[in-house]
Amino acid sequence: MKARHKRFVFVALAILGVGIAAALAISAMRSNLSYFFSPSQVAAGEAPTNALFRLGGLVVKDSLARQGDGLTLTFAVTDNAATLSVSYTGILPDLFGEGQGVVAKGRLGEDGVFYAEEVLAKHDESYMPPEVADSLRPVQAADGTETAAGR
Amino acid sequence: MGSDDYSRVVLNIQWSCNSPTCVLCAFAVQIKMKLFRFFSPATFYPLAGRLTPWFAALAAATLLIGLYWGFFETPNRLGGTNPQKEYYRIIFIHVPAAWMSMWLYLVMAVYSAVGLVFNTRLSFMLARAAAPTGALFTFLALWTGALWGHPSWGTWWDWDPRLTSELILFFLYIGYLALHSAIDDPRRADRASALLAIVGLVMVPVIFWSVNCPDPNKCAALHQRSSMANMEPNILWSMLIMTFGLWMYSFVTIFMRVRNIILIREADTTWVKELVAREQ
Repeated sequence: MKARHKRFVFVALAILGVGIAAALAISAMRSNLSYFFSPSQVAAGEAPTNALFRLGGLVVKDSLARQGDGLTLTFAVTDNAATLSVSYTGILPDLFGEGQGVVAKGRLGEDGVFYAEEVLAKHDESYMPPEVADSLRPVQAADGTETAAGR
Repeated sequence: MGSDDYSRVVLNIQWSCNSPTCVLCAFAVQIKMKLFRFFSPATFYPLAGRLTPWFAALAAATLLIGLYWGFFETPNRLGGTNPQKEYYRIIFIHVPAAWMSMWLYLVMAVYSAVGLVFNTRLSFMLARAAAPTGALFTFLALWTGALWGHPSWGTWWDWDPRLTSELILFFLYIGYLALHSAIDDPRRADRASALLAIVGLVMVPVIFWSVNCPDPNKCAALHQRSSMANMEPNILWSMLIMTFGLWMYSFVTIFMRVRNIILIREADTTWVKELVAREQ
């Protein structure tokens, strides 16, 4: 084998190895990267009891309520199987809304309420003007846009 | 082309083509001669110099059109289940910058691989020239993402898979540049950093497929799967035009930088000495 062919084989093997590593990383990310716990996992006791963790799910419609101090908000998060109440004191992000995806970081209290320190909203990937978006998804768009509260 | 380069070309031909009667071999030799001429720094230096103004004009024109279109000819309101406000317009810089950060890494890694296999100096120089522009776009993608993430998601930064892998890409660019400048001998520096560039290639598909979850509400990420079909044509076109503009801008900066690198590395050759004498 000539020197150049040896180098070619070496580089090809390196790229092959890199490709395998990337494929493994991507499949790991798709299957078992626990970025957040769902309400069902919390209900099943899989989430840590005295450590910070992330809770992810959808904000239940008509569950958002402001408490007496005027700062604390409570809402319920669901994954359509289990529901968990969340308490949060602070400013909610712009895209937070009832019926929308949310990721909250905090602790599970003794009373079964999730006390969030940070609430993140997920964004919608639609980049359409309202008329077009409404015509594409009439059912969801009809109630989704105007119910967003808390800001 | 210096005499040194020419002898290397001849040597290469003798290695790969042993039969003088073979027509295919003769053809391959022709192609090779052309390729090696093109890959010679002495030929590429003036070529890059001639092309740079054209790329610069294209970049300026497309970036102006893209920005105007993006800011004034696109919808002011978005619809959908959870519409973004005006801050959605960061998409015209954020997405093109993120695409270019991945594309330039791919370019850098391919040049590195070609350089390692064929020992062509110009490929190493082009890889080294692409790195700072790629790092700049990675930095831009991260920063514009933070500026957008604060109002929409509610945080400047989060360890979401895509954000994390893009940050690692930024460190890879910085690591490539640091490794290259840490080794004094340019040929050794080329080979060592080329290997790092190839190994780091692992991050590009990871970034690309880090958002690959069919159900966004079960997705382990803040980013969500997107599709061009979900975009209004004006938004899509201004984003694509901006991408093209940033690509042309990359050509300009990479060609200007590679010309500097060629001059520094070839300072001892006669053609550079003649060039310097003419300029003075």
